[in-house]
Amino acid sequence: MSAQPSDIPVPVGLAAAGSLLRLLRRLSHDPLGLLGLFLVLVMVFCALFGPWIVPDDPFKIHVAERFNAPSLAHLFGTDSLGRDVFSRVIAGSRIALSVGASSILIAMVLGLILGLTAGYGPRWLDNAFLLLFDSVYSFPTVILGLTVMTLLGASIATLMFVVVVIQTPAYARLIRTATLAAKNAEYVLAIRSLGTSPLRILVVHILPNIIGPLFIIASMDIPSVIALEAGLTYLGMGIPPPAPSWGRILQEGFTAIRDAPWIVLAGGFPLILTTLGFTFLGESLRDLLDPRLRRIV
Amino acid sequence: MTGAKVQAFPAAAGAADDVLDIRDLSIDFRTPKGPVHALRHVSLAVPRGSIVGLVGESGSGKSTLALAAMGLMQGNAEIIDGSLQFSGIDLRGLSPEAWRAIRGKRISMVFQDPMTSLNPVRSIGQQMMDIQYRDRSAWPAQRRRKAAEILKRVGIPDPERQLNRHPHEFSGGMRQRIAIAMGLLEKPELLIADEPTTALDVTLEAQIIHLLRELRQEFGGSILFISHNLGVIAELCDIVVVLYAGEVVEQGPVREIFHRPKHPYTQALLECDPARIDLISRDLPTIPGDVPNLLQVPPGCVFAPRCPKLFDRCRVEAPTDRAVGPGHAARCHLLDGAGRE
Repeated sequence: MSAQPSDIPVPVGLAAAGSLLRLLRRLSHDPLGLLGLFLVLVMVFCALFGPWIVPDDPFKIHVAERFNAPSLAHLFGTDSLGRDVFSRVIAGSRIALSVGASSILIAMVLGLILGLTAGYGPRWLDNAFLLLFDSVYSFPTVILGLTVMTLLGASIATLMFVVVVIQTPAYARLIRTATLAAKNAEYVLAIRSLGTSPLRILVVHILPNIIGPLFIIASMDIPSVIALEAGLTYLGMGIPPPAPSWGRILQEGFTAIRDAPWIVLAGGFPLILTTLGFTFLGESLRDLLDPRLRRIV
Repeated sequence: MTGAKVQAFPAAAGAADDVLDIRDLSIDFRTPKGPVHALRHVSLAVPRGSIVGLVGESGSGKSTLALAAMGLMQGNAEIIDGSLQFSGIDLRGLSPEAWRAIRGKRISMVFQDPMTSLNPVRSIGQQMMDIQYRDRSAWPAQRRRKAAEILKRVGIPDPERQLNRHPHEFSGGMRQRIAIAMGLLEKPELLIADEPTTALDVTLEAQIIHLLRELRQEFGGSILFISHNLGVIAELCDIVVVLYAGEVVEQGPVREIFHRPKHPYTQALLECDPARIDLISRDLPTIPGDVPNLLQVPPGCVFAPRCPKLFDRCRVEAPTDRAVGPGHAARCHLLDGAGRE
C-alpha cells in the first residue's frame, strides 16, 4: 500500500501455467519460501477442513469452565463463555482466509485490470480513473468501513466488499504507475516495431515486468485486512457474534486480558504466523519469478 | 521546389524500385513553447537492395525520421507535410492494423541500445517465437527451429540452448546480434538500423557491420542505416544522406560524398573524424557553434551561423538543392552559378 513509485520497476516474470512445477522445484531451494508455503498451506488446510479437525465445538458454551488456563484438554484455554479457544482459532481461519486472502485476490485482479487500462489507455481515461481511485482512497478506511457496514448490514460478504473497495484503488495506482514507466521503455518500442498488438504487448510483455511488487504489497496487506476486520468487530460493526473470527477473539481477549491473557495471545498468534507465511511466500515468489533475481537457473 | 529536388535526385524520381521513398517530409513536435520543426522538407529514397546511410549530429532528426518510417512517432509528433511510400504503399494513410501487418514483417528496426531493447523477463526464445504470431499454421517446434536458425545465422553459437536464456545472460554484442536476428526473422524488405553500433565497442562494431553487409547479400533486403559515425557509413553504405538540423543538406553515392563533399557541413563533418586528431597539439577538430533552435528556424541557410564560408546571401535566402554529380546533390549557395564543377 505504501510502495513508492521508485520501488516499482523491478521487472518480474509471471510463470506460465506449465512452468508451475519448475517453480515449485526452484522454491524447494529457498528455505524461507518453503516455510512461507508451509504456513500458508496449513492455514488453507484449517480453513477448508476446520469443522472436521477441531477438538471441540467452537460455539458450545460451558459456563462452568470459563477462563480455564491452557491445558491438554483446552490447548489455548477457554474464554469468558467457556468455549474452547483453540477450536475457535481454527474455525476462525476460514473467515480470515475468505476476508483476507479472497478479498485481496479479488482486489488484485480488479486493480490489475484498472491499473493497466489507466496506464496504457488514452490520457482522458487515465485521468478519469485517477479521479475515481483518489476519491475512494481519500476516505478514511475505518469510516468507509463503518458506513458501508451500517448501510448494507454486517456480514462476511459486506466485509469482503469493503476490503475490495478500499484495496482496489491502491493496487490500481501501483500498477498504473509501473505501466506508465514500462510503456516508455525501449523494449516496448522495439516490440511495437515488430508488429505486436497492443493487448499482447500489455498482457505478455508489460504485465510480467510489473506484477512483482503487487505480490509483495498484497501479501503484506492480508494481515492488515484481518486487523481491519478485528477493528471493525471491536467497534461493533464487524462480523456479528458468535462467529469465531480472529478479530473477535482478539477483541474478547482484550476485554479479559487480566483474567485470561492467553486469549489475546491465541488470537494474535495465528495472525502473526499468517502474516509471516504470506510475506515469505510473496517475497520468494517475486525473486523466483524474476529471471534476474533468480539464483538457481 | 519539389520539382527541382526530383531532378536533383534521380534515385528519388519515382523509380519503381525504391523500397522507401520519402518526399518533402516535414514533422513538427508540439511543445508548450510552440511547434519544434524537427524535419523540414526531407526527401530521400532507399533503392531496393541498397544500404543508405543517414548521418547527422544528435538532434538533427535522424531518429525522428526512422520512427516516422515505422509509424512509431511519439505522441506529440505530427507529420505536417510530405509523403512516405513503402514499396508503393502510402504509409501516411495506414490504419493501426495495417501498420501492424507491415511492422516486423516487411519493415523492421534495430535500436541503439541492446541493453534496453529486449524484454528483460522473457527468454529470447519466447520473444522470437512471439514475433512469428502471424504464421498461425506453424507449430511451436517449427517456430523454435526458425528462431534457432536465424540466431545461428547472426553468429550465436549453440542457438538451441541460448533460446532458453534471458537477455541479461548475454553480452552487449550478443544482444545486438539477437536484436538483429529478431528484425530479420521475417525477412523484411527494409531494415531500419538506428545507430545499432553506438553502444558497442569498436571490435563489436566492426563485427556487426560485417554481419549486416553479409546479411544484406543473403536476404536481399535494403537497409536504412543511421549513424553519426562517418567511418561506419563509409564502410557499409552505398548512398549517404547528410542531415543537419532537420534538413537534408547533401546526399549522394558514398564515394562522391567522401571524396568530393560539396556542402561546408559535410566537409566539416569529415574534418571532425577523430582519426584526424592533431598529434602535436592533441586538438580534436570540432565544428564551432550549436545546432540552431528549431522552434524558430532562422531565415536563410540553416548552417549559416556555423559556416566557415558564410557570405551575405546565406543569411537571407535559403539555398535549394543543386545537382553536383550523378545522383549527388547539395544545398549551398556556393554551388550556385558554378552549376556543376
